[in-house]
Amino acid sequence: MFAFILSRILQAIPVMLVVALISFAMFAYVGDPVSIMLGQDFTEAQRTQLIKDLGLDQSFLMQFSTFIGNAAQGEFGLSYRLSRPVAQLIGERAPATLELAICAASIALVVGVAMGVYTGLYRNSWLSRAFLTFSLVGVSLPPFLIGILLILIFSVWLGWLPSFGRGEVVQFGWWSTGFLTWSGLKALILPAITLGLFQLTLIMRLVRSEMLEVLRTDYIKFARARGLGNRAINFGHALKNTLVPVITIAGLQLGGIIAFAIVTETVFQWPGMGLLFIQSVGAADIPVMAAYLMLIALVFVGINLVVDLLYFLVDPRLRVGRGAAGGH
Amino acid sequence: MASALARAFDSDLWWSFKRSPVTVASALVALVCILGALLAPWIAPHNPFDLATLNLGDAFKPPAWAEDGDPLFGLGTDDQGRDVLSAIMYGARISLLVGVCAVVFSTLVGVAVGLLAGYLGGTADSLLMRIADIQLTFPSILIALLVDGVVRAAVPREVHDQIALFVVIFAIGISAWPQFARTVRGSTLVERNKEYVLAARIIGISQVRIMLTHVLPNVIGPVLVIATLNLGFAILAEATLSFLGVGVPPTQPSLGTLIRIGNDFLFSGEWWITIFPGIALICMVLSVNLLGDWLRDALNPRLR
Amino acid sequence: MRVKARAVLRTAAALALLALGAGAVQAKSVRWAASGDPNTMDPHSQNVGTVTMVLQQVYDPLLKRNQDLSLAPGLATEWRQEEPTRWRFTLRQGVKFHEGEALTAEDVAFSVQRALQPTSNFGIYVDTVDHAVAVDERTVDIILKRPDPILSNKLASIFIVSKSWSEKHNATRPQNTRAREEMHTTRNTNGTGAYRLASREPDVRTVLARNEAWWGWGVEGNAGNVTEIVYRPIASDATRIAALLSGEVDFVMDPPLQDLNRLRAAPGVKVIEGPEVRSIFLAMDVNRDELLYGDVKGKNPFKDLRVRQALYQAIDVQAIHRTTMRGQSVVTGTLFPEQVNGYVKAEDVRLPFDAARAKALLEQAGYPQGFSVTLDCPNNRYINDEQICQNIAAMWSRVGVRTAVKSQPLAPFFAQIQKDDTSVYLLGWGVPTLDALYSFQSLLAFRNGDQGDGIWNYGRYSNPRMDALVQRMKTDTGEARQAAITEALKLYREDVPHIPLHHQMIPWAMRSNVQIPHMANNQPYFRWAVVN
Repeated sequence: MFAFILSRILQAIPVMLVVALISFAMFAYVGDPVSIMLGQDFTEAQRTQLIKDLGLDQSFLMQFSTFIGNAAQGEFGLSYRLSRPVAQLIGERAPATLELAICAASIALVVGVAMGVYTGLYRNSWLSRAFLTFSLVGVSLPPFLIGILLILIFSVWLGWLPSFGRGEVVQFGWWSTGFLTWSGLKALILPAITLGLFQLTLIMRLVRSEMLEVLRTDYIKFARARGLGNRAINFGHALKNTLVPVITIAGLQLGGIIAFAIVTETVFQWPGMGLLFIQSVGAADIPVMAAYLMLIALVFVGINLVVDLLYFLVDPRLRVGRGAAGGH
Repeated sequence: MASALARAFDSDLWWSFKRSPVTVASALVALVCILGALLAPWIAPHNPFDLATLNLGDAFKPPAWAEDGDPLFGLGTDDQGRDVLSAIMYGARISLLVGVCAVVFSTLVGVAVGLLAGYLGGTADSLLMRIADIQLTFPSILIALLVDGVVRAAVPREVHDQIALFVVIFAIGISAWPQFARTVRGSTLVERNKEYVLAARIIGISQVRIMLTHVLPNVIGPVLVIATLNLGFAILAEATLSFLGVGVPPTQPSLGTLIRIGNDFLFSGEWWITIFPGIALICMVLSVNLLGDWLRDALNPRLR
Repeated sequence: MRVKARAVLRTAAALALLALGAGAVQAKSVRWAASGDPNTMDPHSQNVGTVTMVLQQVYDPLLKRNQDLSLAPGLATEWRQEEPTRWRFTLRQGVKFHEGEALTAEDVAFSVQRALQPTSNFGIYVDTVDHAVAVDERTVDIILKRPDPILSNKLASIFIVSKSWSEKHNATRPQNTRAREEMHTTRNTNGTGAYRLASREPDVRTVLARNEAWWGWGVEGNAGNVTEIVYRPIASDATRIAALLSGEVDFVMDPPLQDLNRLRAAPGVKVIEGPEVRSIFLAMDVNRDELLYGDVKGKNPFKDLRVRQALYQAIDVQAIHRTTMRGQSVVTGTLFPEQVNGYVKAEDVRLPFDAARAKALLEQAGYPQGFSVTLDCPNNRYINDEQICQNIAAMWSRVGVRTAVKSQPLAPFFAQIQKDDTSVYLLGWGVPTLDALYSFQSLLAFRNGDQGDGIWNYGRYSNPRMDALVQRMKTDTGEARQAAITEALKLYREDVPHIPLHHQMIPWAMRSNVQIPHMANNQPYFRWAVVN
């Protein structure tokens, strides 16, 4: 067990290094921070000075090793755009994204499993077909359009829910939460639905197909033959067996949700890391982009580790094996 | 062996296909979408990609049946004076091309890697799955930005527009293969220890052959499920990429790009610019997904 | 007597009530939104509109602007040119910074010096300044390197900060991105203005509170009653409009043009319109011997005046005005709008739209089959920039110039064109000094390493006559200077270094209970804002 964890952590290090290299390399092409920082008026001398100040005149290898050295100490420098420490910026934004992602994942998991079980058990009822159709329409629309449509309906027409921002937040040390105020909770609803919809569909379809599979297996037939009630069979045996792949997917999807929050946060002006990232891309704010990517990578590696461990515990037969997986 | 399998598939599939009206309907819709897209250059009323035929005076015309509608433009025109119907047909062409190619690409890579990893196990497995982890670590949007950036730096600017489409296909395809790889690997791990594979190995059938003829057919089900969801997803991913400015060029818009452009006019009353491409996209993705659902059930003998 | 006393009492009571009522009414909050957020609160670091729109509520310059952008006394009550290279400013008395320090001449001299530092982006406003000295408590002299006819206009963009406060917080230079530490001025202010910064979360919320002690509240015209300003950036157009329609924000500075009709029709929302000092034009590479992005080999078609004229006349700018700009643009044939000093109405004439003539000109120039070219274009910088480029691509294609549009977000777009890596590009140009020199110097002078000359001339247009005129604008005064500007405008029309399109109009949208005067520099001045 210990050896397993250790080997996984050791394997994570090259993963992080490669991520660092790739994310660092891509910045050379995203844009030029110099032109943004100089504004409309500058001299050639100012331009050269700034390039030197930022270390952009050094070789790629030099820049990269400086970057890694600092990153290992959690030091990502100052944001070019906001002139503030990157770690601090991301720290301020992380709670918003994490709360949104947790809400979206919870919605996806709870509603997705419920709908999946229902459609699995009553695969020919009209409600099942409605669920399936609805879910398909849901994933057939681009997420930014879903967000806009929700705003149009619930904010502009009905006036029930806010169209942007987090509402009032309560501060606990460095963590800011929207869970404790009415306006904060209301502000969460639309973005969480927009973000969770795709995952919801995925989980629903997965649970459904797993349920269908499991219900056909011999031991469920035996259970039926033994005269166990439907309820006990469906929930005690069938659902329990479908949950392993569902946990895997849900876990892996959490990272995907955090990453995909970029689009949702842009639409709802949600002050999280994704919005920070998009604004940084617009300004070619390399330190922020690098730190964000490294963080996402870290989250993903962490989730992978936990999922592996869960698998190890749940199904020792497979050791490090894994069933269906998602993520995009 | 392979031909026998195909024959069995054929008859069974046809039988279950006829039995399901929803499937027949979605097949028809998919057929219409595909034909409309493929034949666009011959049957579309206008060529929206030919800039010289556009007239700004024609911009923002509502659908033909509405007041101020122009019978020349059945579903109205967009902000550039492009005929919306033609733009949808040409756009669907690009969306389908990107979607299908990206999914085929990621399926091929993913299945190959998954089979290898699952069947070989050990160091090869570990290595391949670590690579998949790295890949999964990057959200598709970021991968696409990266690929786009690398291409931008690596190839001369003159050919950017010509290869923009391939860049998008590659970017979307490359971000999805780990899903296939993991699924296939998981199933392969289960399958390879089953008696029939052991039996095949004992009688001396080559490893490659075992993988292709014994293991592969047994893992194809979950692959199909992922592929269907991914086709829809790939088409949407292309739209999101366009949203971020790295998709196909706006002078040759895909369905997603059309929706994105129309998005700006949702509040201003020019609803047709976004609603019609939206409907077309839903029809396309929905019918493909329904067909995929049916295919999955039909291919899984235990569900019949 | 008794009756009288009672009347007095009653009046007093009524007055007290009134005063109470006035006090209660005074909590007037404006929730304000636009697409971008200021990236710093440092007064001399970033010379961009999003920063200025917040900071100019907080800081005062020596000279302020009236609603028509003319100059008015600010922290200086008097100013005059003592010698050609020495200006003297007399400061207003009794002015206090938000943290309590009294304004002195030392503060003013310090602020000008601060704007001169290399880490400042405000160099263009003090390019002629050698140094500033405090003569006594309330007199400042600004010593110039050479005479500058428009110094007072430029100084209206330099905010005055407290010297002792800056020294205390180690912020005597504008913030530097090379530094490892965040600077105090990045998130804190200490101005003399009508509002003070109450709180700031970058990209989320910036709150300004009314400074009741502001010197200007007594000055005629400053009748604003807003007590609190909450600024929140909302980048997505649709979301920003939704927030205004649903009443979550009161004032939107940059509503998308296509939504104006919807906004006008919405109950409780109004739209006010006005021009902006920003001109949109196309500039061509007239320097290279072969275009980087075109199919003509061995020669550069843009070097031929007839080709430039043909492309000019192929553009139906009225159609763009009507359709893409929804009437919210001022079609132009010149470099800057009438608000800019030096504007000449007679030179604001376009070459007429004439596709047949364009084709004929192309044929005369030796391109009967046309040619192909790539038009570089930003897609998130100017109003409907990408659509305009697509419009033009279609119009050019109709006369045979097959045009591909390459549109990008502003970061990669500017990075690219600033390397002269373009054949033809769309640019918009604002004139913060409100003087012709700024445009001619940056856009049309040859790039010679001198501060400001030709730094935005990416088509590398070079005409010795133009360069000479620009030099004259720098030093001449009065009529001689205007003559130079007029001649340069004429040359601009004849030589067609650019294809001018239009000046932007900036509509502002707000809830009906908000009144704020529209400004051509696209800056809201809340000291004039009234909320009912």
